[in-house]
Amino acid sequence: MTVPLSYYLVLSGIMFLTGVVGVLLRRNIIIILLSVELMLNATNINFVAFSQYFHNVAGQVFVFFTLTVAAAEVAVGLAIIIALYRTKSTINIDEFQLLKW
Amino acid sequence: MSLYGTDLLALLPELIVVVTACVVIALDPITPASRRDLLAWLSVGALALCLGLTGWQISVENVRVSAFSDLVAIDAYARFWKILLYSVTGVTIVLSLPYLKAERIHLGEYYGFILLALSGMLVMVSAVDLLTIYLGTELMSISLYVMTGLNRSKPRSLEASAKYFVLGAFSSGILLYGISLLYGLAGSTKLASIAGAIGTRGTDDPLVLIATILIAVGFSFKLAAVPFHMWTPDVYQGAPTSITAFMAVASKAASFAAFIRVFVEGLGGLKADWSILFLIISILTLVLGNVVAIVQTNIKRMLAYSSIVHAGYVLVGFVAAGRGDGASGGTPGLASVMIYLAIYSFMTLGAFAVIGMLRKGGMEGEEIEDFAGLAKRQPLAAFLMLVFMASLAGIPPTAGFIAKFYVFMAAVEAGLAWLAAVALIFAAVSAYYYMRVVMVMYMRDPNPSSVAPPGLVTSPALSFVLACAVAGVILFGLFPNPLVSFALQSVLTFK
Repeated sequence: MTVPLSYYLVLSGIMFLTGVVGVLLRRNIIIILLSVELMLNATNINFVAFSQYFHNVAGQVFVFFTLTVAAAEVAVGLAIIIALYRTKSTINIDEFQLLKW
Repeated sequence: MSLYGTDLLALLPELIVVVTACVVIALDPITPASRRDLLAWLSVGALALCLGLTGWQISVENVRVSAFSDLVAIDAYARFWKILLYSVTGVTIVLSLPYLKAERIHLGEYYGFILLALSGMLVMVSAVDLLTIYLGTELMSISLYVMTGLNRSKPRSLEASAKYFVLGAFSSGILLYGISLLYGLAGSTKLASIAGAIGTRGTDDPLVLIATILIAVGFSFKLAAVPFHMWTPDVYQGAPTSITAFMAVASKAASFAAFIRVFVEGLGGLKADWSILFLIISILTLVLGNVVAIVQTNIKRMLAYSSIVHAGYVLVGFVAAGRGDGASGGTPGLASVMIYLAIYSFMTLGAFAVIGMLRKGGMEGEEIEDFAGLAKRQPLAAFLMLVFMASLAGIPPTAGFIAKFYVFMAAVEAGLAWLAAVALIFAAVSAYYYMRVVMVMYMRDPNPSSVAPPGLVTSPALSFVLACAVAGVILFGLFPNPLVSFALQSVLTFK
């Protein structure tokens, strides 16, 4: 028995919305980063599900690129957060008020 | 396989840029600090080589070359943007040199990251597949996150970098979700197949609309259009001035290039829907950007709002392209967008170059008050700023007037005369805050209480570049024909 396409889409939709809400509501920058990852992984589910549905590999290839880009993004993001933590001793975005948000 | 030989040849300028970036980063640790200028000149040399290469392609045969099984297509449209991006990057590097030294952040990898960001932009402008568009965007954005936070000793720079990173990653996530839905519709990420799938599925399919909206939101973040502009003032103010200039100009041009390609080539079937969406966004952008720019006291922040407003004008031209259905179709609209961005690039770079030159003691003088009495102490710098401000406001005979003229003409031709009228009213509003800077420079005496009177840091190369920018702003204002015909010729790709 195969899982129908719509199940995957609902799952990815829920994951994506969780990520969006997380970015908008959470105040800890690491949690925000994790929420962004959730959004990207929701996308990956879409790609893989569609790829299987269409029987073509373009979507799976796209997932590899997304994973790589996400890894690069996290590496740079964590470096920025560490540098910021050294000067501010906090990673709560409400405390970053030098520039008007 | 010989197949890859021709593909690589088509991407030769991009390869030169990437290889130079790697060479610069590799040479950086073994270059003594006193010789770091050489890395900058190496980068400028590579850019000149690329400029020559692309210019030669345009003059010999300006035809579409597809490479890597249609992931990228180098056509007249892409070459127009490439020429613009090489020049803008070269100018940025030249204006960075004295600024970085004065700020004590003259690092070799700076040039490497600029070139990496440029290579991302070059991929964006020639990409015809959502995969390459996404990769190009990310390569550009990630390099820009790093460069924004380059001045690690300044908390403001780091804070700007963190904000840019969070909102940039968020917008990429939204864009990517839209891309995944489009893949689900078409079974392919190629713009041509997506256009075909939308043709067969019809335009009222809810999935098509959701995907379009998500992609529009993702791009609006990159373009800094209201209501997705919140990051712009903070990031522009916090980033080192040379990087602000680069972001305001190059990243905006490249984002618009990819944005137009996606919406015209891929989602052209939905013209009627997206032109209304961007109509609303452009009006919001013009209103909010102009009103908030008036109250700014920091000139970098003011120019950030100004860059938001200019994105609004460009969107007016883009909406005209979407609405235009006469014999000429969207051509005048798209050409006006390209003319506008080309002119905008040079006047904004010029303005940021003057800001970067201005020093107050050991600090950057970036409050508008710091410009008080500049005309008396540095008449030449004040005059340059006057020309750039007049051009940004769109006062004839500067190039800024020509840029606005073509956008408004395109809007009128597309039957959007009222939109042109609204844009014109806000152009008048914007003259207020640009002219305030001029007023402060020429009418006000320097603040006697300030500890150190502002001075200038400059270099012969920077003076040369500024002279070119000022000459360009005035010459394109008087003789716009070469630029206009170049844009019209480049936009024929979409016919």
